[in-house]
Amino acid sequence: MYKVLLNRYQQGQRTSKFPKEEIILPAIYRGRPQLSALEQLGETKKSTDECIKSCPFSALALDGKERPSLNLDMGKCVFCGECEKNSGGELVRFTNDFKMGADQRDKLIVTSASSTHSKKSTHGDSTNGNELNDFLQARSRELKKMFSRSLQLRQVSAGGCNACEADINVLNTPFFDLARFGIQIVASPRHADGLLVTGPVSKNMKEALLKSYHAVPAPKMVIAVGSCAIAGGPFHASDEVLGGVMQLLPVDLFIPGCPPHPLTTLFAILNYFGIL
Amino acid sequence: MNEGLLPIIPGEAIPLSKIPHLHFYDFYNEVLAQMEDGAKVVQYFAFNDPVVDRKQLLLVLRKAGMGNRLLLALAYATNEYLAFSVHHKKFHLFERELYETEGIRPIGHPSLHPVRKQIELYPFYCIHGHEVHEVGVGPVHAGVIEPGHFRFSAVGERVHLLEIQLGYQHRGVEQLLLKSATSAWPMIIEGIAGDSAVSNALCWVQAMEALANISVSRELKIVRTLAVELERLSNHVGDLGALSNDVAFLPAAAYFGRMRGEFLNLLLLLSGNRFGKGLLVPGALRFELSSESADLIRAKIDEITPEIKSVGKLLFTTPSVQSRFERIGVLQVEQAQELGVVGITARASGIDYDVRVDYPRESYSELNLPIRTQKGGDVWGRAMVRFEEILDSLGAIKTLLGMLGRIESSFLQPSHSNAFANAFAPSSVIVTLNEGWRGELSHAAVTDGAGKIIRYKIKDPSFHNWNALAQVMRESEISDFPLCNKSFNLSYCGFDL
Ligand code: SF4
Repeated sequence: MYKVLLNRYQQGQRTSKFPKEEIILPAIYRGRPQLSALEQLGETKKSTDECIKSCPFSALALDGKERPSLNLDMGKCVFCGECEKNSGGELVRFTNDFKMGADQRDKLIVTSASSTHSKKSTHGDSTNGNELNDFLQARSRELKKMFSRSLQLRQVSAGGCNACEADINVLNTPFFDLARFGIQIVASPRHADGLLVTGPVSKNMKEALLKSYHAVPAPKMVIAVGSCAIAGGPFHASDEVLGGVMQLLPVDLFIPGCPPHPLTTLFAILNYFGIL
Repeated sequence: MNEGLLPIIPGEAIPLSKIPHLHFYDFYNEVLAQMEDGAKVVQYFAFNDPVVDRKQLLLVLRKAGMGNRLLLALAYATNEYLAFSVHHKKFHLFERELYETEGIRPIGHPSLHPVRKQIELYPFYCIHGHEVHEVGVGPVHAGVIEPGHFRFSAVGERVHLLEIQLGYQHRGVEQLLLKSATSAWPMIIEGIAGDSAVSNALCWVQAMEALANISVSRELKIVRTLAVELERLSNHVGDLGALSNDVAFLPAAAYFGRMRGEFLNLLLLLSGNRFGKGLLVPGALRFELSSESADLIRAKIDEITPEIKSVGKLLFTTPSVQSRFERIGVLQVEQAQELGVVGITARASGIDYDVRVDYPRESYSELNLPIRTQKGGDVWGRAMVRFEEILDSLGAIKTLLGMLGRIESSFLQPSHSNAFANAFAPSSVIVTLNEGWRGELSHAAVTDGAGKIIRYKIKDPSFHNWNALAQVMRESEISDFPLCNKSFNLSYCGFDL
């Protein structure tokens, strides 16, 4: 017992103060992408096309008739950073901002038009955070009433590579300490308020995922964690997967990343359920 | 002596024409002779040989006393043959896989149950008897882990048989690779198993470098070795935390759990991703390792080493932990030999095999790492091997950073695309072998006359080890299963592909 106490003393207090205090991730971390406005840059069509083509997962596209803009779909994107390298950071740049998440699939699309005004602000500051907070306004009050003090989630891996699963597990470690927000990952779907689904939904997991979903009592939430769960990720073209949770279940919250940083998942869940 | 079997060095491309194409009968006898002589299976799969336009079996064996050489054999495939598994359990899953994917029937194989396909029709073994009951667990488990189904036949608490049904994670990786653009390969390869993203990427880049004749600088090798060791550290430390948790020793679970995150953060410093995704491409690193980052890594290792030692001491000297770790889930050395297990599992049962020492690539020949073994083959042994390897890896990282000296940024590669500029060697075979944190990980590729990859084979160490987990559960208490399972910590997605 003495040894345990001594060790406890040596270990000290390790829990982060997030969200009360900001955490700045290293610049090399590939978080929220930022796109440059095409006309401002005077980009040639050719270099833009090249950048679009450099994406192995077709996450980049041109949009807008009279005022062309570049779109990046954070749902399809696996955050490999290839487009950033291809354009030398000119067209696409990955910031170290981990605050990502959306309650609708199309809100995951970042456009060069919309990111122009936030370009001025340095990443990670409050402007950026507030913008993101918009995504929850509508449902927030209702969800807050139900879940803000106690939220139980059941995790189902449906073809996930274990990176998303591992970084969900990490939320239970003392640094993130999920339990301090009243959130628990529970063992049975019957005790859960929702599912945290990872993986592109392999055909072999389809039935088990459906059964888990039906075992959750209503009202129930489905959270798609990671590129695979959102749109199939690197495996989207395989015949052995459905290509994302949406192919099977209604999804309430999308958390992008390959895998999402634990802070991204934490941020998105806290915001969506009004726990902050 | 090795008539018909070609000694090869892992990581060197071999033209198909240089490999003797054996008739099945000769192949069969030769393989049996090698197996009698103590050979182990590294790879065994089939492909359509572009040179002779026929289906060929490709077998890679390893054997003690051959230096850093493996044995490679090619044989014309038959529709059926007397299963190697009848005499050698090491072939069990390889032959099941061949039957499932190629329809080659190994006659007399004890159980041609599905490996990854049509698992809804899985024919479980059934033990009949008055008191026998079945317990089915999964695919969805209580914890945050991947799916797999475990079917126990038990009498009371005592397990008679455990059958493990996998395949739930099957994403068709090998087929997907063949139809994907090369630019998509890195992310697919790194997605085979996220906890082994760096090791898988390493196996793949070594294969591509050999096929495309790309040379690799010493600095690049050092950084790659560094990344693999960080991956090993994060997983080993995490496993010790999870093992502590499974015996309800929460202080160590919390400390190791947190420290695992520290290593993931160091991988993030190298690659921008906590699992090291996006770091490796053939012949290059995609991100610069700045001297500030190197200093941060060095400082973190210095800070964390005494912490790990002190928590390790706490864990391994606590009597309640000792009594739960010792003599639980015992894999005897004979069983381990017979099944051909690899990695931590093998070393905990006294088998001194470690790819980093036996087939060193990258910077391993400069590191002189010891092989850590234990005798008991129990949970204790598997935990202790991990702990000793953690201390070795911490030292290795310091050595590697020292070797790097002042950091040059000359080995930076601006983009994936440049890495594929060279054409691949036509009609060739390449086999790569590395020690991932779980054990021997191997990739193999075959190219056609135009240098296009026509078969890509991935073998996770778990492919050798899942049957061992099923074996140790026999005559064990069913309640010991979570602890045993965690002490093996095998890959579902790496197996299911
Ligand atoms: S980072 Fe995303 S958008 Fe850019 S190339 Fe990679 S997958 Fe495509």
